[in-house]
Amino acid sequence: MPRPGFVLEVDRSTPPILTWHGEGFRLEKLPAGRSRVIYAPEPLEPLGDPDEEIRQALLNPLDCDPLPTLLFPGMRLTIAFDDISLPLPPMRRPDNRQRALEAVLDLAAAAGVDDVVLICALALHRRMTEAELRHAVGDRVYDAFAPSGRLLQHDAEDPNALVHLGVTDQGEDVEINKRAAESDLLVYVNINLVAMDGGHKSVATGLASYRSLRHHHNVRTMRHSRSFMDQDHSELHSSNWRMGRLIAASGVRVFQIETTLNNDAFPSQMGFLQKREWEWTARDRATYLATTRSLALAPPRTARSIFQAIKAPHSMTSVHAGEVEAVHRATTAMVYRQQLVPVEGQTDIAVFGLPHLCPYNVNSIMNPILVMCMGLGYLFNLYRGKPIVREGGVAILSHPTPWAFNPVHHPSYIDFFEEVLADTTDPVEIEKNYEERFATDEWYRHLYRTGHAYHGVHPFYMWYWGAHALEHLARVIIVAGSPRAVRRLGFSPASTLQDALEMASDVVGRDPTISHLHCPPIMIADVE
Amino acid sequence: MRALRIERSLARFAAARVMPNHRPVPVRLADIDPPELPGPGWQLIRPLLSGICGSDLATVSGRSSRWFEPIVSFPFVPGHEVVGETEDGRRVVIEPVLHCRIRGVEPPCVACASGHTNHCERLTAGHLKPGLQTGYCRDTGGGWSLALAAHPLQLHDVPPEWTDEAAVMIEPTACAAHAALVPSPSEGMRAVVIGAGTMGLATIASLRRLRSDVESLIAVAKHPDQRVLARELGATVVVEPGELRRAVRRTTGSWILDNGQLTGGADVVYDCVGSAESLAEGLAVAAPGATVVVVGMPGHVGIDLTALWQREIRLVGAYAYGPEPAAGGRHSFELAAQVVEAARLDRLVSAAYPLDRFADAIDHAAHAGRRGAAKVVFDLRHEKRR
Repeated sequence: MPRPGFVLEVDRSTPPILTWHGEGFRLEKLPAGRSRVIYAPEPLEPLGDPDEEIRQALLNPLDCDPLPTLLFPGMRLTIAFDDISLPLPPMRRPDNRQRALEAVLDLAAAAGVDDVVLICALALHRRMTEAELRHAVGDRVYDAFAPSGRLLQHDAEDPNALVHLGVTDQGEDVEINKRAAESDLLVYVNINLVAMDGGHKSVATGLASYRSLRHHHNVRTMRHSRSFMDQDHSELHSSNWRMGRLIAASGVRVFQIETTLNNDAFPSQMGFLQKREWEWTARDRATYLATTRSLALAPPRTARSIFQAIKAPHSMTSVHAGEVEAVHRATTAMVYRQQLVPVEGQTDIAVFGLPHLCPYNVNSIMNPILVMCMGLGYLFNLYRGKPIVREGGVAILSHPTPWAFNPVHHPSYIDFFEEVLADTTDPVEIEKNYEERFATDEWYRHLYRTGHAYHGVHPFYMWYWGAHALEHLARVIIVAGSPRAVRRLGFSPASTLQDALEMASDVVGRDPTISHLHCPPIMIADVE
Repeated sequence: MRALRIERSLARFAAARVMPNHRPVPVRLADIDPPELPGPGWQLIRPLLSGICGSDLATVSGRSSRWFEPIVSFPFVPGHEVVGETEDGRRVVIEPVLHCRIRGVEPPCVACASGHTNHCERLTAGHLKPGLQTGYCRDTGGGWSLALAAHPLQLHDVPPEWTDEAAVMIEPTACAAHAALVPSPSEGMRAVVIGAGTMGLATIASLRRLRSDVESLIAVAKHPDQRVLARELGATVVVEPGELRRAVRRTTGSWILDNGQLTGGADVVYDCVGSAESLAEGLAVAAPGATVVVVGMPGHVGIDLTALWQREIRLVGAYAYGPEPAAGGRHSFELAAQVVEAARLDRLVSAAYPLDRFADAIDHAAHAGRRGAAKVVFDLRHEKRR
């Protein structure tokens, strides 16, 4: 029986706490008597036979007819699926998407459906490489569809491949992939890693255009999503739900397949990352030492390659299919079961060790903008109720924060960092003065459409992702990051956690209370 | 009188070349006689402030090109950015070019006859020893001393309300004004200035005050204080080295290809550094058909000129001053005075040293940007005169 999440009150006997630091780790001693460490629940038991569970979900969907009854010869069937941003780290083969796609395609073949197109729901993310697509959908599916041009990647900038379905009662344009919208059935295959994923967001965001996305990917929405891991208090989700309902009302039939994973995120060789420090065995300690020492000696590029090669032993814990909202309610309950940790009240300081990976740097570099997004966008927002740190408090992030970018994946990020952040770090000013120019830049558009670049506007979204935290916090400090890059972000550099705590005392006093979110594995702090 | 003097010594120049931190090995503080007046009308000038220029630094560090060997005469007293006083109390700035009319060459060369004395072809002729400017000629002396000899054609009166600091900025600003006016007028011009030392900053100021056709002006500044000044003087975008190509791309709407080269670029680029790197970067961000103006003294550099050929880029030098056709024939010194006053360029004078601290002064000038400075000068107003 997996143990639930746990909040450790730090005392003098508490060992140093493992803190992620990019492609490495640090052991940090937290002040006794006023610090706590929030640990994730242990991985839930996986489904015994995930392929059979998927088949059963398709045959017995929620609030919807069984999938075989929706399939008929001569129909247009489109199957969309999540892109490389999920899951994290990428999972070992077979990926949930492969399993679900194969099950749907088997049923389609049995029903005599010939016109089948697969679309990777990129939104404004980068196009995936062949190797990445093969990993996600499996070789069998890739070889059957890609050579004949029936495995597509959504292009949010192709006017001929988009259709405007209407405007919501809040004035939001709904413009999505034309093939998906004009199919007799749109099946969406999702991996719900966190509570933010899935539901109407799958189609309304994953298959949308910039014209549509800008209505919810903006500063106002992010500041009114508290948090976006809690759909009932997330303007991001409210907007997506309005759009999703409009999509359904306009005649697009969506059959949603959502899968969840347990948080078994790291292979057994790195088992210490899944454990609580006082439970480390001698072998765990030896592995930790060997790993950290060899990583310290490795050039950054090598260390990055080592971490990017990690394939998580995630296992499927549930699969639901059918009507979008019914499916997503069941999925979200499962995500919460795996990730919720009851936490009592807020503290003055939150410490977030940032890992090597976020949704936007798979096989890439965690550049400074992604560091901000990972810390203040994702980890800060891993809460339900209230943030773990009080308003006016301090966030301490731990990450090397190199002034380094992948120019193929993140071309507009470089300009955002060099031009925009050199001018201002205020999300509202950034949105007002710069967003449109970046969003419509011909070069970025070209690279997004033909290369493997994130859309020109994407770094703005990363910055907006942290807008709620920027408004909430009095100060952000990054431990052991490149001082120059950290200052460009508008944050304060500190050499050590102790220095950071000393610096934070200017804001929160000499004896602040501290929360350390021991993440990953992913969890959601359920703050009373 | 006390003067800093450079003698022809290959050993000293060679030593200076290998010394770190611009150690001024060839320079000596000496007690010498004031220069004799080379002819009628010549006057002794008592320098008040005398600047240290990039070309001076190249000379004292042994890094100057051998190009200059026949057009200088040893020993010489450096210093060509000079505000001084005549013996009858006129405050003047020196226009240092030693052209035909000053040398007594008759008839003057074609260039001097047309007024473009910076193109003079007789820098070794006449009654003066060779020397392209005051500060490189054995006979005239230079500004790093208590007295130099100047021809009346070299003297420009300083308005009484002007400070010495403003006046000493006229000569370098005249060079910048001349450079700014090299490219033909072109509405909506997108300009780049590489380098934000004195010449870069004065070029930015000149572009903004002498040309109405400059639409955008990107400045490359290495140091924080330079970036502040570049923006204050009129740069629309200020970037650090390494960020230039992307800034030009953003401004011009061009693309960047896989090898980092731009598909388009700026209409005019001013290289105010003069290194191989800055020239290469200047060519890299110049649009097809653009002009690259070399403002900083380059010396011996090695660069790939393929872009210059394939894109028909014009690479032109900008040396000294003269009547400016693009400004209705007004002289660069007159335009410079206008720029210095309007842009308050006296603020670029960051540090002043007495002669006996010449090593510190030269070290400061050589690392001016890093130390938050722009123009470093010798202050001769309080030197004992014997």
